Amino acid sequence: MSTEATDTQREVISVQHLWATYDSEPVLEDINLSVGDFDFIGLIGPNGGGKTTLLKVLLGLLPPTRGQVCVMGKPVKEARRYIGYVPQSVQFDRDFPISVWDVVRMGRLGRRRLLQRYTAADDQVVAEALRSADMLDLRDRPIGALSGGQRQRVYIARALATEPKILLLDEPMAGVDPQVSASIYELLSKLNEHITILLVSHDMSAISSHVKTVGCLNRRLFYHGGKQITPDMLEAAYRCPIDLIAHGVPHRVFPEHTSTNS
Amino acid sequence: MIEPLIEALRFTFMRNALMAGVLVSIACGIIGTFVVIKRIVFISGGIAHAAYGGIGLGYFLKLNPVLGAIVFSVAAALGMGAVQRKTRQRADTVIGVMWAIGMATGIIFVDLTEGYKADLMSYLFGSILAVPSSDLLIMLLLDLVIVALVMLFYKELLAVSFDETFATVENVPVDAIYLILMCLIGLTVVMMMRVVGLIMVIALLTMPAAISGQFVKHMKTMMALASILGVVFTTTGLWLSYLLNLTSGATIILVSGAAYLLSLAAKPLIRKLD
Repeated sequence: MSTEATDTQREVISVQHLWATYDSEPVLEDINLSVGDFDFIGLIGPNGGGKTTLLKVLLGLLPPTRGQVCVMGKPVKEARRYIGYVPQSVQFDRDFPISVWDVVRMGRLGRRRLLQRYTAADDQVVAEALRSADMLDLRDRPIGALSGGQRQRVYIARALATEPKILLLDEPMAGVDPQVSASIYELLSKLNEHITILLVSHDMSAISSHVKTVGCLNRRLFYHGGKQITPDMLEAAYRCPIDLIAHGVPHRVFPEHTSTNS
Repeated sequence: MIEPLIEALRFTFMRNALMAGVLVSIACGIIGTFVVIKRIVFISGGIAHAAYGGIGLGYFLKLNPVLGAIVFSVAAALGMGAVQRKTRQRADTVIGVMWAIGMATGIIFVDLTEGYKADLMSYLFGSILAVPSSDLLIMLLLDLVIVALVMLFYKELLAVSFDETFATVENVPVDAIYLILMCLIGLTVVMMMRVVGLIMVIALLTMPAAISGQFVKHMKTMMALASILGVVFTTTGLWLSYLLNLTSGATIILVSGAAYLLSLAAKPLIRKLD
């Protein structure tokens, strides 16, 4: 099942019948997804369910086995320059001698050809990105000296420095505690005023109400442009009945827990 | 103690040795920083030992062995770099194999060469006291190439070292940049053979950078400090080896090693003072 972007909304990402494999193991099966301008989509799924793979396909890092993917109406490798990527904070060397400023400045690489130096205009974009992420004060700090939440903001700033139309975030709240995660979601919400956002996460309880629409991804995609994750979506995605624990957020992502849920 | 050292400066071989130490330190400071940060010490060792194949081949063909070393070194660098990037499993086994084959090839070529081959040991263990002025010129040229390439591609090298995936998404030619770095390591290794010999190349390549990395948090500063430390170690090591009549390469390594251990001990103390 898929949703079409509304008539007035431009389609920025189009995924049709996407299959992707890793070492001849299917990781994504028949994915159909249409993302419209200024959408803010959260996809939840178990680890190994293809969340990172989907992002890799959208970034042109992994070729699809079958199906078609277009971003901004162009093939993925061409469209990379419209995407700001915030990767999962993986193994990271705390001793790497690089400042916050230099990390964010890497976002300008896509605009500079090989032998060109960074310009003053680049510096302005970097400063603005850091300001949006509230990290401008820490510009000279070595990245290893920051907390998890601060580092995430820096990675978001780096993605912003690419002047993207779309932000892709992979597990943005990993290793970040709930209060900090709330502030990062607020940042994303503000950015969503002029940037489309797609994020993937395995952490159900952390998907905030700031996200406009949610879906489940576990090899197959269960997304209907809805604002809630229904029990059958979850069951289809996770293949087992799950007790839902809804946090008391004003706009509930999960439906009321009734006694019939088992 | 100072007198004999000033006396020694009258000798060309001593002045050349000191100069060689300085020139090598520039390369080691810059390239060693990348090696330490990217944790490719093992590959660097592999390149150094594979380069011996080139030395043997050079002898066999009656060419300057250094030229043979440069060819094998760069070939090994490209080969090992490619293996590291393309093979998902057991890259270090393949590198170990190339390491050993390169070394053994060199030894066999030397066996097959007729004539007197006494100064082979000098490539293995260094002979900084026998550096001819022509070699100094080659070292200077290599330094210029290294500095120029690192300056030209600094932002790409930094990005590839820090976050390859992001660099790929930004359309940086990551494979090409990585291979350029590998070639630079190959050239640095060849330069270092004279000073400390192949066998201990890893030491001078990594220790100054490792020490400097403990105290500075910016890459360019780290490179500069590593180069300065390299000059300090090679000079100190040379003087000590001259005074005590010891093998210079090994003395330089021991001076660096002692400094490294001291820096490890000093770090928690410095942190306490902060």
